[in-house]
Amino acid sequence: MLAAQSLELRKDILSLIKRANGGHTGGCLSSIDILVGLYFHALRIDPAMPRDPGRDRFVMSKGHSAEGLYCVLAKAGFFPALVLEQYGRFDSTLYGHPTMNVPGVEMPTGALGHGLAVGVGMALAAKRDGASYRTFVLMGDGEQAEGSVWEAAMAGSHYGLDNLVGIVDYNGLQISGKVDDVMRLSPLGDRWAAFGWKVVQIDGNDMGQVIGALDSVPAKAGSPTLILARTIKGKGVSFIENQVAWHHKVPTDEQYAQAMRELDTAIASAREARV
Amino acid sequence: MSTAGNGCRQAFMRALLEEAMRDPSIFVVTSDARGSASLDDFAAALPGQFVEVGIAEQDAVGIGAGLAHSGKRVFVAGPASFYSARAVEQVKNDAAYADLDVKIVGVSGGVSYGALGATHHALHDLALYRSIPNMAVIVPSDAAQAGMAARDLAKRRGPAYIRMGRSPVPDSYAPGEARFEFGKANLLADGKDCAIIACGETLHYAMGAVHALGERGIRCSLLDVPTIKPLDEAAILGAARRCGAVVTVEESYAFGGLGGAVAELLSQRTPTPMRILGFPDSYLPAGSSEELFAHCGLDSAGIERKVLEFLRGLGRA
Ligand SMILES: Cc1ncc(C[n+]2csc(CCOP(=O)(O)OP(=O)(O)O)c2C)c(N)n1
Ligand SMILES: [Mg+2]
Repeated sequence: MLAAQSLELRKDILSLIKRANGGHTGGCLSSIDILVGLYFHALRIDPAMPRDPGRDRFVMSKGHSAEGLYCVLAKAGFFPALVLEQYGRFDSTLYGHPTMNVPGVEMPTGALGHGLAVGVGMALAAKRDGASYRTFVLMGDGEQAEGSVWEAAMAGSHYGLDNLVGIVDYNGLQISGKVDDVMRLSPLGDRWAAFGWKVVQIDGNDMGQVIGALDSVPAKAGSPTLILARTIKGKGVSFIENQVAWHHKVPTDEQYAQAMRELDTAIASAREARV
Repeated sequence: MSTAGNGCRQAFMRALLEEAMRDPSIFVVTSDARGSASLDDFAAALPGQFVEVGIAEQDAVGIGAGLAHSGKRVFVAGPASFYSARAVEQVKNDAAYADLDVKIVGVSGGVSYGALGATHHALHDLALYRSIPNMAVIVPSDAAQAGMAARDLAKRRGPAYIRMGRSPVPDSYAPGEARFEFGKANLLADGKDCAIIACGETLHYAMGAVHALGERGIRCSLLDVPTIKPLDEAAILGAARRCGAVVTVEESYAFGGLGGAVAELLSQRTPTPMRILGFPDSYLPAGSSEELFAHCGLDSAGIERKVLEFLRGLGRA
């Protein structure tokens, strides 16, 4: 039922963005299946103990997709759903990017290119301490242009961090256009492999493949794993999909109603198919 | 969000485009920020003078320095938060220390990004850029002045940091009366009770406060300081001597920015009772830029209140 869960969360995300009149719509919708796979399947976490030293770590390096993370954390029970209602109000617990005061958030992100290095540090600490927790870092594809990503990539393989998993939300778009037009990334898989990471390529909007990839880590003993997740920016709402302008657009009333209709239809068929 | 007034970043880039049409050595470098830096027109009109580097601010400044080294007159533009943090070593070494013609245009500075939070705020940028030798620091106060600053900088050699906000700001100058002269402050009122020294988009809030104080019979001087470095020492010393009380106002932390610059000057030359109004040494609550200004007492009402308290403490109001 995880696929249906992601569809429900897409509705939550759009409601949050609509109510706050701001948010990063496209990148939230492309990455929500990955977050669902992480929080409702792969991560060894207990929302009642968000600072349990043995917990798996997750760093949302593409911090602008905060709305997706907030909806998932609320659904997972890190904080009451009511907290979401404050989003966009003065003095809310929830800012437009993740902050340390939100239960379940490991790092304040929002400036791109920070998460992987922090993840390397977390994974390295686990190795040095003999701890069994794993560290997952979700990055954007536009974010891959930051040099700091590749500095961390080098360190991750240098230290043989097979307890570290990088995930790239490979939706092909960033703010100004197609990633390969703005700053060419291809061949991205080969580049990560050349940096010593075991690369696993999946359709990041296919829940079966997301779970399969998360279950397979470490994909190679002694190496960090990079899950290259091909996604569609805006996935799940016809008129948002693959549109550069929807990076941070807010739906109008009519668009919102149509999006909800589309998602309700998809939820009904997912329920029927029991996925 | 206020929609009155005009955008500094749009006016700056419009003027820069006109200059770049005449001067093919003017280059703009950006990092997936052509929208936020108002560069869509520039990119379309002068693709040969436009360089996109992707989300890589350090690279942008380094590439800008290399272009400048080869004779280009470079403006690197993007959000102030990122250009006053991760790219700073490139700014210090490759632009300022190398003495190359690289201007850093930081847009959406201060708390423009409001509830997006501290990763996106640039409140330390004025202190930081002031602390780099050979950097000029420019903070235009309205759209017309921003356009004039762009024209000046397009002709002026050497590194500089220009900081502007995201939202439109009310025009502080009447049509045709905006002034920008590099290194010069503009005296906008010359009362003798208190000198209010402001920069950037806080100028219109300071103007509101000066007006309200005037209605209470308190006559202020108002100095607009669009060039924080080099500072117009004569104008500031003059205002301090005339009034004997100084209040600075800025969209920056209340340490190291305009207030810091003025305090460094006055304390050594003409010690004068002074208050520095800016953002506190803490991370701010979630809120829009207007909400944060009000919360921190930096809107007109807040400035008026703090000036009154200050003058009462001096036995002057
Ligand atoms: C260091 C830094 N530079 C610039 C930005 C502004 N920014 C926010 S999102 C974004 C585009 C991100 O594109 P991508 O990584 O592909 O994310 P997605 O498509 O998943 O939204 C940019 C440039 C930022 N947040 N951090
Ligand atoms: Mg992308």
